[in-house]
Amino acid sequence: MINNILRWLTDPAQWSGQDGIPTRALQHLEYSVVTLLVAALIAIPVGLLVGHTGRGRSLVSVANAMRAVPSLGLLFAISLWVGPKIHGSLAFVIPSIIVLVLLAIPPILSGTYAGIESVDPAARDAAKGMGMRGSEVLRVVELPCALPLLMSGLRSAALQVIATATIASSVSLGGLGRYLIDGLASSQYEVMAGGAVCVAALALLMDLVMAGLQRAVVSPGLTGKFKQSDPVASDGRIPA
Amino acid sequence: MKRMNTVLVLTVVAAMLSLSACGGGSDPTKPAAGAGSSDKTTIIIGSADFPESTLIGEIYAGALEAKGVTVKKTFNIGSREVYLKALQDGSIDLIAEYTGSLSTFLNKKASAKDPAGVYAELKSELPAALTVLDKSAAEDKDSIAVTKETAAKWSLKTIPDLAAHQNDIALAAPSEFKTRERGLVGLKAQYGVDLTGKFLPLKGAAVVEAMKNGQAQAGNIFSTDPSIAENSFVVLDDPKALFGVDNVVPLITKAKVTQTISAALNAVSAKLDTPTLGDLLKQVVSDKKDPAVVAKEFLTKNGLG
Repeated sequence: MINNILRWLTDPAQWSGQDGIPTRALQHLEYSVVTLLVAALIAIPVGLLVGHTGRGRSLVSVANAMRAVPSLGLLFAISLWVGPKIHGSLAFVIPSIIVLVLLAIPPILSGTYAGIESVDPAARDAAKGMGMRGSEVLRVVELPCALPLLMSGLRSAALQVIATATIASSVSLGGLGRYLIDGLASSQYEVMAGGAVCVAALALLMDLVMAGLQRAVVSPGLTGKFKQSDPVASDGRIPA
Repeated sequence: MKRMNTVLVLTVVAAMLSLSACGGGSDPTKPAAGAGSSDKTTIIIGSADFPESTLIGEIYAGALEAKGVTVKKTFNIGSREVYLKALQDGSIDLIAEYTGSLSTFLNKKASAKDPAGVYAELKSELPAALTVLDKSAAEDKDSIAVTKETAAKWSLKTIPDLAAHQNDIALAAPSEFKTRERGLVGLKAQYGVDLTGKFLPLKGAAVVEAMKNGQAQAGNIFSTDPSIAENSFVVLDDPKALFGVDNVVPLITKAKVTQTISAALNAVSAKLDTPTLGDLLKQVVSDKKDPAVVAKEFLTKNGLG
């Protein structure tokens, strides 16, 4: 069985053409990236607002409850509803993106909210003391301090989305889920297993990329690498 | 302390790796030997993953139970690729099949074109452990149907007519259609119609929905499906009989055949014809009646149950 899977993965025919692994992986990545962008556009502002103003905490609880939504069932339900309204292939893309966005919002929202909540009150107070107003405090102090937890929420969402974007194939879309569904239909289990391996590999790759992004975006002072006792240069900088 | 932890972790990992190698011989996806196989007197009836197969399965079950045979039902198994494996390893004993499709599935070069010829060819191709009982006059074959608008727009009457518009047509069908001779492969080989560009893999009712809503212009629909009449779909003519002849026939493990069973099932096959099957299917699919209930009514009406 393992031999069959390895043979399928290393077969050059699998790496070219419309049905090849690169094409499918690219489609899969497309759905995932669009989902993450839309989910981030929705969840991050809401999380920032709830964390900064302290109002609407129930929204975060609702978002957490949304994690329990069965994605596949919801996908069929929304496709049935959207089908008669849209006539092109978008009738399959839109329900898939909606369902995946619903899946991605809770981790991002929780991460953002937790990040802002965990900002050192002393830093907030110092900012107010310096004369910054609400939105400035949010933009200049709270958001950068919340970045580690925000990024971890984003990474968690990215992992979940890549793993679940396979459901798009059950409504005729492409992506790596195609191997799972077609392999099951024609009872070729090595295709299913190979597809699963590809999804896992893609998820790991995405996580690596996001780890790099986190490294680039988060301020070094927040990474916990520097302790109280570290020497500080005369001009106040912490040596790298 | 740290050194001991490292040694401990390495030992545990080594133990886990060696233990995992123990079970590595068997293929985890093969069903366990003898799983679900029954004793001599119970028949396990299976069905494919579409309503007609389940309906006929219910009819067979009712007919056998009326004659005192113990029956167990395992419906909605999957496509032919999956349930044939189930038949061969003993997970099911009996399933409703279609002569032509099964024959072409077992032998791509099957060439008979008339019902009797197809039936004879099928019998010669079956693996040693399986056999078919009498075939029924009832027929249900794969067909390519197009929406009324598409047929009008491009004056489509037969399958070869699709060739001129093959780049603009999205065909919706179950995903196994892509690799089957009675599918995209045969369409290309026999008619030169290549529909792989915009192929939409969808299951069952989703095919009809996609055609109704405009995401697909053509679809692979079974000829007895009531949705063809309901939506005024146009079934395209199949001049080369690619989708051939498909009489309903019980496929059964040879070892399980008894006089009672074959008499009961042959009686059912004799009473089933295409209009009757179409009507029964309509009750299940359109009127949403329970297939077991519809089967019971059919059997009672024909004195078989």
